Amino acid sequence: MSKMNLTRRGVIKTGAVAGAGLALPTYLSAAAHSGYTNAPTGDTVTLGFNVPQSGPYADEGADELRAFELAVEHLNGEGDGGMLSTFSSKVLDGTGILGKKVQFVTGDTQTKSDAARASAKSMIEKDGAIMISGGSSSGVAVAVQGLCQEAGVIFMAGLTHSNDTTGKDKKANGFRHFFNAYMSAAALAPVLKNLYGDDRAAYHLTADYTWGWTQQESIQAATEALGWTTVNNVLTPLAATDFSSYITPVLNSGADVLVLNHYGGNMVNSLTNAVQFGLRDKQVNGKNFEIVVPLYSELMAKGAGQNIKGIVGSQNWDWKLENQMGAKYAGTNAFVQSFGNKYGFPPSQAAQTCYAQTLLYADAAARAGTFNPCALGEALAGFEFDGLGNGPTLYRADDHQCFKDVLVVKGAENPEDEFNLVEIVEVTPTEQVTYAPDHPMFAGGALGSCNPGA
Amino acid sequence: MFGLDKKDTTLLLIVAVLTMFAPFILNPFPAGSGMAQFNAGYPDLMQRFVIFGIFAIGFNILFGLTGYLSFGHAAFLGVGSYSAVWMFKLLSMNVIPAIILSVIVAGVFALIIGFVSLRRSGIYFSILTLAFAQMSFALAYSVLTPITNGETGLQLSLSDPRILGTSVSADGGIPVTSLFGIEMRSTAEMQLGPWLFQFNAGYYLCAVLMLVAFYLAIRIFRSPFGLMLRAVKSNQQRMNYTGLNARPYTLAAFVISGMYAGLAGGLLASMDPLAGAERMQWTASGEVVLMTILGGAGTLIGPVLGAGFIKYFENIFSKINDNVLHSWFAFMPDGLEDLMVTIVHPFVGKGWSLTLGLMFMAVVIFLPGGLVEGGQKIGKMFRRKKAVDGTPSAAKTPAE
Amino acid sequence: MDAIILQILNGLDKGSAYALIALGLTLIFGTLGVVNFAHGALFMIGAFCAVTVQRILSISFETVDPTKTDFLGNPSKISTPYVEHWFGPEFGATIIDWSVPIAILFAIPIMILIGFVMERGLIKHFYKRPHADQILVTFGLAIVLQEVIKYYYGANPIQTGAPMVFRGSFDFGTLLGFDPNVIIYPYWRLVYFGFAALIIGAVFAFLQFTTFGMVVRAGMADRETVGLLGINIDKRFTIMFGLAAAVAGLAGVMYAPINAPNYHMGMDFLVLSFVVVVVGGMGSLPGAVLAGFLLGILESFASMTQVIDLIPGINQIIIYVVAIVVLLTRPRGLMGRKGVMEE
Repeated sequence: MSKMNLTRRGVIKTGAVAGAGLALPTYLSAAAHSGYTNAPTGDTVTLGFNVPQSGPYADEGADELRAFELAVEHLNGEGDGGMLSTFSSKVLDGTGILGKKVQFVTGDTQTKSDAARASAKSMIEKDGAIMISGGSSSGVAVAVQGLCQEAGVIFMAGLTHSNDTTGKDKKANGFRHFFNAYMSAAALAPVLKNLYGDDRAAYHLTADYTWGWTQQESIQAATEALGWTTVNNVLTPLAATDFSSYITPVLNSGADVLVLNHYGGNMVNSLTNAVQFGLRDKQVNGKNFEIVVPLYSELMAKGAGQNIKGIVGSQNWDWKLENQMGAKYAGTNAFVQSFGNKYGFPPSQAAQTCYAQTLLYADAAARAGTFNPCALGEALAGFEFDGLGNGPTLYRADDHQCFKDVLVVKGAENPEDEFNLVEIVEVTPTEQVTYAPDHPMFAGGALGSCNPGA
Repeated sequence: MFGLDKKDTTLLLIVAVLTMFAPFILNPFPAGSGMAQFNAGYPDLMQRFVIFGIFAIGFNILFGLTGYLSFGHAAFLGVGSYSAVWMFKLLSMNVIPAIILSVIVAGVFALIIGFVSLRRSGIYFSILTLAFAQMSFALAYSVLTPITNGETGLQLSLSDPRILGTSVSADGGIPVTSLFGIEMRSTAEMQLGPWLFQFNAGYYLCAVLMLVAFYLAIRIFRSPFGLMLRAVKSNQQRMNYTGLNARPYTLAAFVISGMYAGLAGGLLASMDPLAGAERMQWTASGEVVLMTILGGAGTLIGPVLGAGFIKYFENIFSKINDNVLHSWFAFMPDGLEDLMVTIVHPFVGKGWSLTLGLMFMAVVIFLPGGLVEGGQKIGKMFRRKKAVDGTPSAAKTPAE
Repeated sequence: MDAIILQILNGLDKGSAYALIALGLTLIFGTLGVVNFAHGALFMIGAFCAVTVQRILSISFETVDPTKTDFLGNPSKISTPYVEHWFGPEFGATIIDWSVPIAILFAIPIMILIGFVMERGLIKHFYKRPHADQILVTFGLAIVLQEVIKYYYGANPIQTGAPMVFRGSFDFGTLLGFDPNVIIYPYWRLVYFGFAALIIGAVFAFLQFTTFGMVVRAGMADRETVGLLGINIDKRFTIMFGLAAAVAGLAGVMYAPINAPNYHMGMDFLVLSFVVVVVGGMGSLPGAVLAGFLLGILESFASMTQVIDLIPGINQIIIYVVAIVVLLTRPRGLMGRKGVMEE
């Protein structure tokens, strides 16, 4: 006895009902009827958290995973509820999503596009994950976003900063809460002008891959608009560990600002080397030589140690935000409390973006009344919300990018403890970092239509 | 059968049966049970098993027979993937032209690199191949981004021309790879009691190609050409003295194994149209070396086993997190449960590479001939009472 | 001109690290005939000796300071390192500041011990095995070692600074008649170069002028004959392995202040050090040192803007281009001996 049904995607499902067939888990055959990939019909729903667990970003991945676990706890009504109490949308009530208990699977991206896709595929094909989230680099985010588009599940990007994620490689099924290189540049420029004046000569060292290029392009455009000149832009290999041969040409180049478009281990090493060569204490053109690192995280600040003191950069969020900048950033303290009580230290910006993304996904599903990626995507696109720690935020429909305030930060001169390595200089308001959807730095791609999968 | 002797035919048939029934064999545990974590019978991983099996079989033709240890074979896999994706972007989503092109391009690449590298032997050869592959990787990641899309990897987009196909599918998405209309990702599912088995079109294409590749490898191993390659390994000098020039033979072996790698690369791209530069990194070249040695260099089936072993750890063990552990040991009293989780924790999830490293050491220490020897030892235990054969199986020759 | 002098200094500095790692690697190659993929891991462990000594010296006790609050709003805890408590804040801080030089003293016995254990416990059983097996077992060991380090220290780099007195830069240019502040070079990198020269000199002297060294060199040339002469070469090889491990470890300890150590730094250097050894020529110690400095200097020059503008991407591949050119023009590398690792 067998039944066959042909779906639109050509998926043939054969249920050979044997003697024990009555004990069938029914969700698998039901998936075909509901019209989208991995539709949950039991009393649980599975989310896939795909983070780097090996390789240089493993610690960042571990922090993302902590945030995901916390978010799942809160969604299921365990713990203190975290940001659920401050979130402007109130449809989530701690009973899971749409009454289904939230479960999760985890995987290792290894910070390689191939491994990340393999891991995401196994979550979708084997574990029935309905959403994939996480990641700590733009290459991986773009690759996994493409996969999710093909497979018909929602991708909620983790830490990815390249313009391309919601620019030329944007996808209908992909959503990014984190900010991007353009926003970093737009937020940094006025602060740099205040701090260092409008007559500066910048020397760029740039990681030689797509993220590095988009960031360099953005910063150069923004600083040149201030009146700065760009002395040089040197591309450094990703595999470089010692940057001395890139730093020494800066010494006598006439530049008085060094911009390090590096991330992770590259950034820690290039900054350490720059400080070793006395760039921090140098005087050029009668001005103090300055170093700028447009994007850095708490973990990188920790890795750079003493060298990060006084270095200006930008961040998506910081755990001190609500305490220092007021109630506009409600949610921050609630999240820090519940994260800190559980793990013993404050969350990183990567953790916050992953936590927020999970909540946003759950909320969109609850508002749409279904897990269907198309309906859910519609609920997310153009959604305005508040209370997730970043102040009022818009999920823009044109490119699925969140628009919110951006922090300009500085390495603390005398940190009280290892949690205060970074201090907030200024919060740049949303309007200043907003750009048109067809901005040239983001051109060349299309969202396409949403794909619900089989 | 097929011009093989009885032993080889049996081996081929066993491999054929194993690959055809892999969806059953790899899914021994009912879906939803605690042990389902160890099931490997889902399309992506099964595809990877056979694709990397092809890669390792090809590598073994060079290394196992001639003893030339290439440390840059991933470059051929990489160029294979890139050519296949370009084919999808420019020509059509049919996998046949893509696979053919990837084999050809990888073969040409191997011919050039092999011609240069084979001027040296031993470790000098290894470093030359490594240097070429690392150069390909570094350039693909950075300078060649217009061709390779660098960090992100080459992907399909809605604006690709696809002369013999459509740029955009009917529902507004990017069309999917197919074989004359059979979508590579289409999967038939079968429920048998609590078990769920998945039969994926792409997997079966890969599996058939792997059987062909395996068959060709057997023929090469048993041919006069194969004999000549073994002669290169055992004593190249003596071979030269007899007036035979070893270079053409080794170069042929190098190109063949490069084409196998290209086939694997083309298949990877056909199953999942993305080609990343990391595929060419030295770690990827090292991986195929490890697969071959782990399974048993110079044996026919060894490399395939080695490939499966490594991919299994990478994909299955990395997904076991503390939650899963707690659910396994939930039957124990609380204190004991936590203790067990603490003990197992470092070896799974983010510690999967630790387990893999330990496994490498254990295999090479206790099974000098690789996993194949492990299989033979088990086989012998059962057959001990039978007639004393004495001679080891023809398939097994010591590495190097 | 100043740019070129600076790049030569950079090259010598990079070359020091390459040469030290390659020296140990080629010692093991040459004497034991073992392909040691765990050599990079030994370098990494050396660097983590520095991290560990810094951690040990900074072991602290906590006191509650009720006037301040931590991030959760609880009274914050102030931690004071024991050494500062025992020796007074100033002297204590100085001790912690000097943790890298102190680590050298600890690293030598620890690395020699690790070398002995590795050789006796594992490598010894692989002398007769094919190179492929050696690669597999040492690669496995390398993974295990780095995963163990990752388990205890995390994946993030850990800053291990040089002592304060070495933090500044030396104005090298004034010696050569340049204006002040044109050619400056960090003290610690100069120390590293000097230290590398010292170690390399010591290893060569040891092999050249001691009976032990003589026997080892004889063993490198013809192991069988030395064995026939009734000399227990195995025992000496164990010591050589310990020595090689110590050289790699010291290279790592001293490298810690240059770039913050992380668990995979060994793998980053592994491929490179193999290239260095092979370019230098198998079985040749001077070759390894020469190749180390040569590749270091060429790599530095290749990263100059003028060169990159001429040949885009050359800084990415220079090492490999040099390797290919050298191996094609000189079949056994710069100074390799015939017949070593050529099968």
